[in-house]
Amino acid sequence: MGISQNERQSISDLVDQHKDLPGALLPLLHAIQNEVGYVPDSAVAHIASGLNLSRAEVHGVISFYHDFKTQPVGRNTVQICRAEACQSMGSRLLEAHAKETLGIDYHETTADGSISLEAVYCLGNCACSPSVRINDDVFARVDQNRFDELIADIRGAEVRK
Amino acid sequence: MTFYIPQDTSALAMGAESVARALQAAGVEPVRNGSRGMFWLEPLLEVQTDQSRIAFGPVSSKDIPSILDALDADPSAHSLYLGDVEQIPYLASQQRLTYARAGLGDPICLDNYRKLNGFTGLKNALTMTSQQIVDQVKDSGLRGRGGAAFPAGIKWQTVLDCDSAQKYIVCNADEGDSGTFADRLVMESDPYQLIEGMCIAGLAVGATQGYIYLRSEYPMAHKLLNIAIERAVEANFLGDNIQGCGKTFHLEVRLGAGAYICGEETSLLDSLEGKRGMVRAKPPLPAIEGLFGQPTVVNNVLTLAAISTILEQGAETYQNFGMGRSRGTLAIQLAGNIKRGGLIELAFGVTLREVVEDYGQGTYSGRAIRAIQVGGPLGAFLPESQWDMPMDYEAFAAIKAMIGHGGIVVFDDTADMAAQARFAMEFCAVESCGKCTPCRIGSVRGVEVIDRIVANKDRDNNLILLHDLCDTMELGSLCAMGGMTPFPVRSALTHFMNDFTGEGKGDN
Repeated sequence: MGISQNERQSISDLVDQHKDLPGALLPLLHAIQNEVGYVPDSAVAHIASGLNLSRAEVHGVISFYHDFKTQPVGRNTVQICRAEACQSMGSRLLEAHAKETLGIDYHETTADGSISLEAVYCLGNCACSPSVRINDDVFARVDQNRFDELIADIRGAEVRK
Repeated sequence: MTFYIPQDTSALAMGAESVARALQAAGVEPVRNGSRGMFWLEPLLEVQTDQSRIAFGPVSSKDIPSILDALDADPSAHSLYLGDVEQIPYLASQQRLTYARAGLGDPICLDNYRKLNGFTGLKNALTMTSQQIVDQVKDSGLRGRGGAAFPAGIKWQTVLDCDSAQKYIVCNADEGDSGTFADRLVMESDPYQLIEGMCIAGLAVGATQGYIYLRSEYPMAHKLLNIAIERAVEANFLGDNIQGCGKTFHLEVRLGAGAYICGEETSLLDSLEGKRGMVRAKPPLPAIEGLFGQPTVVNNVLTLAAISTILEQGAETYQNFGMGRSRGTLAIQLAGNIKRGGLIELAFGVTLREVVEDYGQGTYSGRAIRAIQVGGPLGAFLPESQWDMPMDYEAFAAIKAMIGHGGIVVFDDTADMAAQARFAMEFCAVESCGKCTPCRIGSVRGVEVIDRIVANKDRDNNLILLHDLCDTMELGSLCAMGGMTPFPVRSALTHFMNDFTGEGKGDN
């Protein structure tokens, strides 16, 4: 997938900003993902030469961590907690409901590009399970109805824009 | 009157932001404090009146007009009135050292922290030699709170004794265990305490650079820590020539990227170095060859936070809490299917039953408790016969359970323990770093074998195979991920076999 000239430039700037930082690769990948939305395959060679690493090393790090995406993702990321505390409060039902109502599985994006669905293992909100994170906000006690409300809020906010 | 409404993740998740907006709409600007950790009462609105600090909870934005009316007349008449917040039994009965300041005020207000005895420990440490600081930590009996419970003072001594131009302090804030939020609560409600503890650690072992390795699942903690570090630098509690003493300590937050294994200290170090989070073989110990090959203290958030208390109040005070070799207080995190979940700080020795029944008041669903998992996804499932054990590292280890980071997840009687055992293997398969075979492949095979047992395909032989697989993982894995995944699996087999055979819910 090609990237725009602007994206290429911002990746180049970020590599320059990070190259003298000890252990720079994770902070750099986070920065690129914040800027571009994902880490494009075409950026790997540039990151590698900037940090004096092999392309295999950079690719290995990108593929190791769940957070780093190599394809564009939805405008909103919805993460459902799959860990034990949430399971004890019915998150397995919530997962099934989410996949069914959104029509996608984990690591997929709705056809309108609005929502990407991801699993997460603990949001640290385990006294008020089940937990869902939407972008940087965490929501507690999310049953099926609450989930539908949250999704409606996302769609409503997009219409207003 | 001063109003307080938390900006803690759980409080926000329960709707604190809309409560804050409702207050603002009514012309009241609330202080955004941290949480007290009584999450079952969140959003907890506190009001400092002329007489006392009273609380209402859980409140929603709709309750604000009636609460404001009640404050003008008789607050105690309001249905959500809880009285003096510090007299709520859940809180009043705790022994709070690490969480003494949690929820009192704006967590990133430096003046507030100093007023509440903040940086007293650091100032004491600045008058001491490195060895004297390390001796204090040894005398306190403090053991690592991340899960492994290794004596902190001995680890520090090893780093102090290393002759190296560069040493590091690394804070493990990759709090990945389900059912845990104690680190998050420190970072969101009292971040300066962690900063102070790390600075003291730097002085003690001669390290000039610290890193907080924070999981990316904690965006609010990330935001607050960065602000707190910036302000601590401005006030010269971090940086060069700290408080004019000539010592240097720099601190930086680094974000993880969604990998449970990076909570394992050697994997964390590889991740900090910008690599895949692969577990390292030990030796060499990180204390001798840690971050970038240099001597490194790796401690959990709670361990480093406790350092501030120990240097402030003295090793003996801290040491006076606890039982046996488990000294000080334990941050118990009560979670899952529980009516009153939250943070409970108590001296070691309280029983699981006391925590779950007295504090927790049973399940959220109102059904009977079936099993309790203590210590995260690698902890055993404990049936009722094991709930009267005191919470103490050695007592739990004796029954192949663990206290770990202090998380308690309660399951009611609808829980399918065979499904939970399968999940333990599945989680290990998803999160294994892949370096050693027992963990990488054993976990995948574990899921398959459990599926065959549940489907009654050659069940007896597959049960033998599963135990054999658990032995291999326990004895042959490089770290606790593969080595302890068998704990929940085996405890489910031992205590809840009927769930594997579909013979009803009678526990054996």
